[in-house]
Amino acid sequence: MNNALSKPLELVCPAGNLPSLKAAIDQGADAVYIGFRDDTNARHFPGLNFDAKTAAQGIQYAHARGRRVFIALNTFPQPSGWERWRTAVDRAAELGVDAVIAADISVLDYACRQHPRLPLHLSVQGSAANYEAIRFYHEHFGIRRVVLPRVLSLPQVRHVQDHSPVAIEVFGFGGLCIMVEGRCLLSSYVTGESPNMCGVCSPAQAVRWEETPHGLETRLNGLLIDRHAPGEPAGYPTLCKGRFAVGDQVYYAIEEPASLNTLELLPELHDMGIAAIKIEGRQRSPAYVSQVTHVWRAAIDACRHHPARYAPKAEWQRELGKVSEGHQTTLGAYHRTWQ
Amino acid sequence: MKDATITQRTPKLALGPVLYYWPRETLLAFYRQMSTTPVDIIYLGETVCSKRRSLNTDDWLELAEQLTAEGKDVVLSTMVLLEAESELKTLRRLCDNGRFTVEANDMGAVRLLSGKTPFVLGTGINIYNDRTLRFLAGLGAHRWIMPVELSRTTLACIQTQRPAGMETEIFAYGRLPLAYSARCFTARHHNLPKDNCQYRCLNDPEGLTLSTREGQAFLAINGIQTQSAQTYNLLPELAELQALGVDVLRISPQAEGTETVVAAFADCLQGVREPAAAAAALNAALPQGACDGYWQGQPGLQQVAALG
Repeated sequence: MNNALSKPLELVCPAGNLPSLKAAIDQGADAVYIGFRDDTNARHFPGLNFDAKTAAQGIQYAHARGRRVFIALNTFPQPSGWERWRTAVDRAAELGVDAVIAADISVLDYACRQHPRLPLHLSVQGSAANYEAIRFYHEHFGIRRVVLPRVLSLPQVRHVQDHSPVAIEVFGFGGLCIMVEGRCLLSSYVTGESPNMCGVCSPAQAVRWEETPHGLETRLNGLLIDRHAPGEPAGYPTLCKGRFAVGDQVYYAIEEPASLNTLELLPELHDMGIAAIKIEGRQRSPAYVSQVTHVWRAAIDACRHHPARYAPKAEWQRELGKVSEGHQTTLGAYHRTWQ
Repeated sequence: MKDATITQRTPKLALGPVLYYWPRETLLAFYRQMSTTPVDIIYLGETVCSKRRSLNTDDWLELAEQLTAEGKDVVLSTMVLLEAESELKTLRRLCDNGRFTVEANDMGAVRLLSGKTPFVLGTGINIYNDRTLRFLAGLGAHRWIMPVELSRTTLACIQTQRPAGMETEIFAYGRLPLAYSARCFTARHHNLPKDNCQYRCLNDPEGLTLSTREGQAFLAINGIQTQSAQTYNLLPELAELQALGVDVLRISPQAEGTETVVAAFADCLQGVREPAAAAAALNAALPQGACDGYWQGQPGLQQVAALG
């Protein structure tokens, strides 16, 4: 599958609204992924996402500039909600999107039967971390691309790439899920709402910030996620990024608040024939999208033109550090020692 | 259980795979004990971490033969997170065993089992609706376990539409499997890299409890798996589970007291004990308490039904 050596790595950027989509396109994204304004996608946040009209405007903007738009329909419908997912697939097809990114078998099955010409990508929420799983989705639904969960080391990514019947997209930058996507129920355990069921993780309405004599406390549905000393930065209380007690130690027992940043892995990802790099952050601002897209466009171009001489520039890392969670970045699971 | 009509209506009891890392002798002693309990189905095998090798594949197959000879219906469980080629190799061997039913916990396993032999869809497979269930039934699945975060209401919906011949299994008792990661949280706790974990999880036969900084226990760390600290206990819901046509009730093994749990469920199914009282007796022994929130459509860690 190393046919992509001649193909440039595609830059896939997030957009939670039209200004973000335009910013991504203006800064050089090859494709932008968006969601509709309901629980059919895994960023179902208040005030975020697209209705049919803004989606059409976004698609028009992108297509006029030779770029593509993908729509994420990557949550798992329960029987009572099926109509919303069915309608969303139909609407995506009518809008002329360049791909639907889906995870649930019923959604993939419907899309491939009803709209056989609509390209399908398997969402990261589909939890396909090995090539046998990828083959399953390819054989049954004709998926053209898979987004890998953020759990594989670099050699494992290469192994999957070498045996995959479809193109591989990997996460390059942004918020880092520690758990296998599509297989994490921590959020519903505490709040009743999870990415799979509701398209949210650690939802905003369950979050409380409280100044107390012990410091600033962040809570999720009443559960203490972290406590910050005066002057200590306090990030969004994502459940897995709090400080907890195990035995007699209090520490980031699951993961520190940090963003994934794989800028330094670009030559290797390019060499192994990865098709696309995905930037996380549909919930982030147009300024974030603009900044991150700008840096990654420059990096991918530099890597493509001079792979042997490529090294991430200090200014790129500085820019990305500014918009990273806790101003920290990590190579995540790509780097075996993280695991 | 001799009357055919009762057999149809009474759910079978299943023992889920052991989710922890126990030494070989502990595992063998556990299954010797379980073979004498009234569980009908026993799921065997490693589902969490391929580095746990108290029993290898041959050992598991041998144990499967023994338990079958003792009258148990054995299912071979497979890994949830399959990354390495060596893990796929073991998976292929289990899927091709030709003798025992296999529980798929990844779509890779579903692919290997499709159209060849009837199989079970385990907790690692996301089935949130009847359409997905019907699709997988078409590939040969004959039993599914509902994702633990789904409620009685969703189950009722799916049950009315479930494909003919499909058995429904519910995770009825145990610490809930909530998440899987590439990272080993037990190794992290001991400041060890995963590749040199020193098998520290052998020291935690029921995982490590994770609490908030104000002492509220809510999760348990079990290698790359994260579980609920609270024990999901649907024994008080037995009448409704039966009314909804649930075929199999899964009890997830714990290091202590699993035989008591099996006995409580069996007694209640036979009508010799009352579910609420039996559940209350079980819950009294739980260090971090019980929960039933998911079943009730609430946050999972909550205990909604009043305890007797």
